[in-house]
Amino acid sequence: MQDKQRVVKPHLAEEWVGKIYTLLCIFFLIVTIFSMVYFVASKGIGTFLLPNVNVLDFLTGLKWAPEGSPPAFGALPFIVGSFTTSILAALIAAPLGICAAIFMTEIMPGAGRRYLQPVIELLAGIPSVVYGFIGLSVLVPFLRDVFPGQGIGIAAGSIVLSIMILPTITTIAADALAGLPNSLKEGSYALGATRWQTIYRIILPTTLPALLTGVVLGISRAFGEALAVQMVIGNAPHIPKSLFESTSTLTSVITLSMGNTVSGSPHNSALWSLAFILMAMTFVFVFIVRWLERRSKV
Amino acid sequence: MSAKTADRIATGVIISVAVFIVALLASLLGFILVRGIGHISFDFLTSAPQTIKAGGGIGPQLFNSLFLLVLTLMITVPLGIGAGIYMSEYAKPGRLTDFIRLIVEVLSSFPSIVVGLFGLLVIVNLFGLGFSLFSGALALTVFNLPLMVRITEQAIRGVPREQKEASLALGLSRWKTITSVMMPIALPTIVTGTVLASGRVFGEAAALLFTAGMTSPRLDFTNWNPFSPTSPLNPFRPAETLAVHIWKINSEGLAPDAAQIAAGASAVLVIVVLLFNFTARWFGRFLYKKLTASK
Amino acid sequence: MRKSLLLLMAIVLTFTLAACGGGKNTPSNTTGDKGNNASQGASGGQNTPTDTKQLEGSILAVGSSALQPLVEQASKKFMEKAEYSKITVLVQGGGSGTGLTQVAEGQSDIGNSDIFAEEKFKDADASKAEGLVDHQVGVVAMAAVANPGAGVDNLTKQQLVDIFTGKVKNWKEIGGADQKIVLVNRPASSGTRKTFETYALGQSTEDLPEAIQEESSGNVKKLVAETPGAIGYLALSYLDQTVTVIKYDGVDATEENVVDGKYPVWAYQHMYTKGEPNEVVKAFLDFMISPEVQDNDVVELGYIPASKMKISRDVKGTVTQK
Repeated sequence: MQDKQRVVKPHLAEEWVGKIYTLLCIFFLIVTIFSMVYFVASKGIGTFLLPNVNVLDFLTGLKWAPEGSPPAFGALPFIVGSFTTSILAALIAAPLGICAAIFMTEIMPGAGRRYLQPVIELLAGIPSVVYGFIGLSVLVPFLRDVFPGQGIGIAAGSIVLSIMILPTITTIAADALAGLPNSLKEGSYALGATRWQTIYRIILPTTLPALLTGVVLGISRAFGEALAVQMVIGNAPHIPKSLFESTSTLTSVITLSMGNTVSGSPHNSALWSLAFILMAMTFVFVFIVRWLERRSKV
Repeated sequence: MSAKTADRIATGVIISVAVFIVALLASLLGFILVRGIGHISFDFLTSAPQTIKAGGGIGPQLFNSLFLLVLTLMITVPLGIGAGIYMSEYAKPGRLTDFIRLIVEVLSSFPSIVVGLFGLLVIVNLFGLGFSLFSGALALTVFNLPLMVRITEQAIRGVPREQKEASLALGLSRWKTITSVMMPIALPTIVTGTVLASGRVFGEAAALLFTAGMTSPRLDFTNWNPFSPTSPLNPFRPAETLAVHIWKINSEGLAPDAAQIAAGASAVLVIVVLLFNFTARWFGRFLYKKLTASK
Repeated sequence: MRKSLLLLMAIVLTFTLAACGGGKNTPSNTTGDKGNNASQGASGGQNTPTDTKQLEGSILAVGSSALQPLVEQASKKFMEKAEYSKITVLVQGGGSGTGLTQVAEGQSDIGNSDIFAEEKFKDADASKAEGLVDHQVGVVAMAAVANPGAGVDNLTKQQLVDIFTGKVKNWKEIGGADQKIVLVNRPASSGTRKTFETYALGQSTEDLPEAIQEESSGNVKKLVAETPGAIGYLALSYLDQTVTVIKYDGVDATEENVVDGKYPVWAYQHMYTKGEPNEVVKAFLDFMISPEVQDNDVVELGYIPASKMKISRDVKGTVTQK
């Protein structure tokens, strides 16, 4: 700044350093994601090269017995398990999260920001292993006593997950509500509407796409959670008849068996295919979120 | 039902939900701390775990967790800040930028188990890094990087335009403007975000099972040569972190006090995450005061 | 103010740039280096002992989480010995499959497995098992366990088969309490399940709906102890008062009965090497089967010393008297 004579050259050099450095960082990001997709896909495709396994059977088959004779690779129970568990978790967490967000922004902004927000961030900070452990030692015995069945299953899994995704839903909902122009609310109040009428008729409809974004992100997080779910879901490779019956998710079957199978064996490849499905679902969720975000901008 | 009653009922419901959430957290924390805190002692925090005898500690695991976090931050912070600056300042709106943004989003929502498997396949086996702290740090980078990018990008976008324009008008280069004018203003937000993201790294287990490994070799805490295999600072040794240790003793623990150790270790983990949260808030506020006091 | 600000930025920036360079370069550089180191480590003491007998090198043992505590404990003792103080032994869990894969591909020196390699490497991979040399370091026996409320402490082979194939659904059908049976099984890939199915049931079973599957012994024990009517199976080292140990055809699951061959539900614990082990690895494997480990740690951790067995069994299950 001080030496005006030498300003031109360092100026340009500096600019280039900055540009190249940031570009390199971006490049690293791109390389990472491409190699991830490539490696997981190349491993996951192995299953479909086996005789008598095709994509459709894999996705719709009900029987999972990779070590049986003949082996069967039907991943539908896991896909169903993952979807029901994570959607149910979102159904539990969404009302709670949105209420919390309304509390923080509309009802008691002061107390909300000071107490509720840190509390919600702390919930996000508790490690998933600890959630799983609490789920297994508190929630499962409780469900076992109150409901028929053994306590484990989709119900236990989705309750644990709902607490884990509550922060995601709440934070996004709160941001959306806070970003709403004040004039909208004031207009509503000026017309004599009560607070609930304003929330219900004005605020929620306007922010709906953003709220849904939070919910979808929550589902996506629940979909990928592994250890906590595996501890409480029971892991039977079947579609359950009730919420309190042992079943599996994509993540739980991978954590359960990956270490026990040798690389290259059909069982191992099948697990990689499941990982590939998980990965593909991530893309689907991201596209849904983008679509919702575009709607919320309009 | 009149509009007023509906309003009162709705308000009541919303407040009770808020109270419920606070109570939920309180009982979760209470459960973890009450069960675990009795087991925490200086000895527990510093001694090595025991396989079958009672009285094992979590010393190496605690150290590993912290060291792994430092390693991860050493990789992610520079990369994340660089990429974040690019996204907020250099990227021109268009297909490519859109695409990069998509990548960041996808990367941040990848299931941790997929990242762990990728780490096992590529970092551990293909690169030949083995089960090591460094492999673990690279796997954690995959999670942490998109978060850092987003945090930096938002923080830099939050800088008032006048400041940036004034600096550019004075003839400073764009890079100089970013580093000397915008970064100081954005720094508190970045620091807070980074520390909050660290909490997640600290508690991650699924990805580390496959990358950093489930054992800790004997560590000689007097040996600080990072190339010696027994040195705690060697980044190429396998390292079991606290979260992984909890997972392991819950599932295969043979020690008679495995349950207490798990409870104690969970409590330690939660306390550390709490500390992270509070320091993040405090430090962010402190930096904000320090760096913007001149204004 | 401005000075401290500049200073701070300078620090951040230098750190940033330095570490960025580091972050960029390190992976590629170290990859090569580390790869070499690893293979050198695997090929053992490249510094072949000259006049002294001091062995040097590092050993990586990966695999079965059931065997991990034993190997870990033995390795600690091993490294404390003066003559082996320059050897580093790293023990890693991850499952028998991971261990066998890694040792077959040369990424680790020893692959720990609770199952014969031939049983894992099948069909197209069968050739991989041929290069592996088996070192049996112990025997693990397992017993069926039930929730104490089941009211049964002895089951015949046929009754166990009926339970695990879902033919018998209530304990009262086999003389127990009127309580629904809850299976706590292991995943199909598990070595423990394989052993149990082969030697206790004599047949492999399908995964039944409603059955719980847990990989880890800790969770199996917890669930069997807490869930009314639950039945599962555990290695002897995990047994305690919270679960009822079930006799198999009237035979108690005790060490003596296993050693004599009266109780059939047991499996060898294997440590595989690719080809014959080098000096360093051999020293450790010898230590594993030395009386020092076999009579102390092996017994302490609830395994049965391989040397004590009065019978031996090959991969096909053929039993011969020693």
